[in-house]
Amino acid sequence: MTIAVSTMKPTLSVPGRWVLLWAGMIGVTLLMMFARDSLPFAFSYPRAWEIPLAGWITRFMKWLINSADLGLFTFKELTRGIAWVVEQPYTLVKSVLSTGFLSGVGSDAVLVFPRLSWIALLAGVMLLGHYARDWKLAALVGGCFSYLVLFGQWNSAMVTLSSIIIAVPIGVVGGMALGIVGYRSNSFRAVLMPVLDLMQTVPVFAYLVPVLLLFGFSPVSAMIATIIYAMPPMVRVTLLALEQVTDEVVEAGSMAGCSRRQLLWKVLLPSAKRSLMVGVNQVVMLSLNMVIIASMIGAGGLGYDVLTALRRLKIGEGVEAGVAITLLAIALDRLSQAYANRPTPVYSQQQQGLWTRHPHALCFVVIAIVTWLLGIYLPAMNTYPETWQISMGTFWGDLVRYINVNFYDVLESFKNFLLLNIMIPFKRFLLSLPWIAVVAMVGLGGWQLGGRRLALLTASLATFIAVVGLWDKAMVTLYLCGISVIIACLIGIPIGILAARNERVHRVVSVIIDTLQTLPSFVYLMPVVMLFRVGDFAAMLAVIAYAVTPIIRYTDHGIRQVPADLIEASRQAGCTRNQLLRKVQVPLALPHIMLGVNQTIMMALSMLVITALVGTRELGQEVYIALTKADSGRGIIAGVCVAFIAIIADRMIGAWAAKRKREYGLE
Amino acid sequence: MPGNANMSDPQANTPDAGPLGEADVKNSVKLSCRHVWKVFGDDAESLFAGAGEVDEAAFERDGYIGAVRDASFDVYEGEIFVIMGLSGSGKSTLLRCMTRLIEPSAGAIFFETRDLMKASEAELIGLRRHKMGMVFQHFALLPNRNVLGNVSLPLEVQGMGRAEREQRALEVIKLVGLDGRELYYPRELSGGQQQRVGIARSLAAEPDVWFLDEPFSALDPLIRREMQDEFMRLQNVLHKSIVFITHDFEEAIRLADRIAIMKDGAIIQIGTPEQLVLHPATDYVEEFTQGIPRAKVLSAQALMVEAGDQVFVGEVAADAAIDSQLEQILNADSGAVFAVVDERGEIIGALTRQVVVDLLASPPRQS
Repeated sequence: MTIAVSTMKPTLSVPGRWVLLWAGMIGVTLLMMFARDSLPFAFSYPRAWEIPLAGWITRFMKWLINSADLGLFTFKELTRGIAWVVEQPYTLVKSVLSTGFLSGVGSDAVLVFPRLSWIALLAGVMLLGHYARDWKLAALVGGCFSYLVLFGQWNSAMVTLSSIIIAVPIGVVGGMALGIVGYRSNSFRAVLMPVLDLMQTVPVFAYLVPVLLLFGFSPVSAMIATIIYAMPPMVRVTLLALEQVTDEVVEAGSMAGCSRRQLLWKVLLPSAKRSLMVGVNQVVMLSLNMVIIASMIGAGGLGYDVLTALRRLKIGEGVEAGVAITLLAIALDRLSQAYANRPTPVYSQQQQGLWTRHPHALCFVVIAIVTWLLGIYLPAMNTYPETWQISMGTFWGDLVRYINVNFYDVLESFKNFLLLNIMIPFKRFLLSLPWIAVVAMVGLGGWQLGGRRLALLTASLATFIAVVGLWDKAMVTLYLCGISVIIACLIGIPIGILAARNERVHRVVSVIIDTLQTLPSFVYLMPVVMLFRVGDFAAMLAVIAYAVTPIIRYTDHGIRQVPADLIEASRQAGCTRNQLLRKVQVPLALPHIMLGVNQTIMMALSMLVITALVGTRELGQEVYIALTKADSGRGIIAGVCVAFIAIIADRMIGAWAAKRKREYGLE
Repeated sequence: MPGNANMSDPQANTPDAGPLGEADVKNSVKLSCRHVWKVFGDDAESLFAGAGEVDEAAFERDGYIGAVRDASFDVYEGEIFVIMGLSGSGKSTLLRCMTRLIEPSAGAIFFETRDLMKASEAELIGLRRHKMGMVFQHFALLPNRNVLGNVSLPLEVQGMGRAEREQRALEVIKLVGLDGRELYYPRELSGGQQQRVGIARSLAAEPDVWFLDEPFSALDPLIRREMQDEFMRLQNVLHKSIVFITHDFEEAIRLADRIAIMKDGAIIQIGTPEQLVLHPATDYVEEFTQGIPRAKVLSAQALMVEAGDQVFVGEVAADAAIDSQLEQILNADSGAVFAVVDERGEIIGALTRQVVVDLLASPPRQS
């Protein structure tokens, strides 16, 4: 981070002063490093100064769960009550999709009414695809669900789908409600925004423990964690969507005599519907992203399959379940996107009659009933027979074994080269820096980019990390994140530039990054672990693969949005294509590209926590250990540290980009 | 000028002859603004707390922006009152102050005898539901509702039953010439048609006062002309009290009974089109009037001489524009003189053909 900051000086009106300040800062740091022995407190934060925040939180959680009493009932009863309320619709949906309606419990349970047959559900999602767009989408969705059937993933997938079906509406409605209140009340929004920032940057693992303690080990608490994770974007999208409704439309509603409530329901929400659907899509995707993580606190289904396969290094099984999650994600993503982009209705679509108005729904009902009736005599109608299933598990296992046998040396030497020459030296360098100097540099950077308030924010967030005693782990996080982001940018920016200048590349790249963004973050771990086993190197590759998409997208987009008349003017002035790129397109797109870097940093940090599973030793590991020990305070504090690193990076880059854009008059 | 917020009853406040201009239509006052200010900036209301003089220079130095400055005028029953100004002159802000879509910083706004500034939220909603209608520059239609749904929105929010409101909406849709398109969605309609929907919606609840905020600015010139004619046709049937905003002086001249010219948030002149053309208050107003063909604005009254012993070859109406009687005048012989008669048919002056010919021959003055 310090490196990134120090290269950002040229935009200031008094560069001389900043150069001096930075030179002084680096000088003092070097002096401190020479006088290392006499300044031990500046290098490793003294234990005695640490504030045991984690311990306090853990004790508070214990008190909350064991003895907090709200009068009529205890706190624990309250949370379990909430869990019970969420569980009811979940059980219902799970009965319909997965288990069927049972009477009795355990192995004595008797099937009262069977679940929805696989044929009916397959037909249902295809009809939905056709309703949302066309037969092509129907075929895509059908293909994805067929995989689930053919590869024997159906049962797990239905458990996963059930929790998604319950979590998504709750997340959407909750997010919309918060967004609406935030839209109406400025003071509520002032509180809401930093909470959202924190919720979106604290890694999920950090709040798994409190959720686990409060709601118990069950699919329901997994769903609650999923909702917490997936809701913030919906809040933001709602706020944005409502603000985007043009003033005139709001005024038209007011002048028509709408009360506040009428204005909301009859004018604002319908006008914002299309943007709101983007938020629904986000909630769906984030919920799916949580599937594997949520299985750590009790969600069954595909996530559990992947997790167990990963733990036992059953590569084939893991890949098949992982692919199932991915296909489920692709299907739901495309469906919700198509639904969001459905054109507003036209005159000719207003027809009468139940059948003509709802052909898809009726068609589905008919198929469901027919397959149910046939299912009584032909069990294959209800449950896809196991003997017809295919598995490629052995193929994947063989493939990995083949690669490892034949390419072991190549892979290993590549890995060792990078580790020894770049990664480890960089890590040692960061760890050798005195924390006081780093805090000061972060503060100075904040001051240069965004003034005193930003300086105060960045410096105090950095100090917090030292105060809670996680400085070294934070530096390792910084090293892994930094190196991954740099490599991601080295890969992503050229690809983005290429895509911006060549329509065919653009189309191919778009398809690839659309697909990559649909993959749940966990899926990235599998191939790297298979090829490089555990450790920093595997983690770095997974982080790069996961975080490279935004930088490609933003570079491409940023260069494309350089005004056409500027390009024409430059070509008229005689620029070659390369000059055009270097002197016009890249400089003007730079603020936008930096926002892409920012996104890449955010995604890298969120992935980094997950890579703790493959044995990195940074803040993510701290969070993960806390999870296994059910130590809520430790997890939360480490998670908050990750969030603070993210917020520091985000604010500094944001301030820089905003300043540049203002200077260029692009705002 | 004093920014005094304590206003007396507007009925007692006859418009002073000078800056407020004189009304042709001596009907009752429907809507009036007194010393209305809108200042943007943190806590702008505090500037007016003293209820005394407002030091404009001081507040602009402090970073406040006066979007509307000390606007006072009356809108009479049944008249078309046009507020004309270039972009940024504060005309749309002033309009929104009159409906309290924007809270004025100071001043008083009377709807009939009621002080709008003292109206509660509920009273304001009531007024908007039953007494006010508004048309917007970019139509502001809801994309998810068809024409019928858009037009019946004001009735729906009043709580009117479905059958009743749809019947009423269909009547208004017919009035604006969109019958047959009730079930179309906004995006299936042309700009002109969309604004017809906007007009129908604003008229659905049969308002007394009709606000139009640059209603035809977003339309092509030909369609604009057509919509202006349509607007005049509707007004001849409906006789609403109208506040019409435009940045187009020609449009103002064409439609207005009276025009208020705004510049930098202040009203610099109010008058009939003829008054503005004959006696522009400032160079700024004069500049607007220069491109306007005189014959369209001036009446026979403005050009007549005292009637003496001339021999009249015909009669012309005193208050109609020369333009509308041109054919009759030019068809006469070169030395002809016309009698100028008022509404009661009495001769009040004489108009020579030569004066009219000179008027037509003189080119519009250029700056």
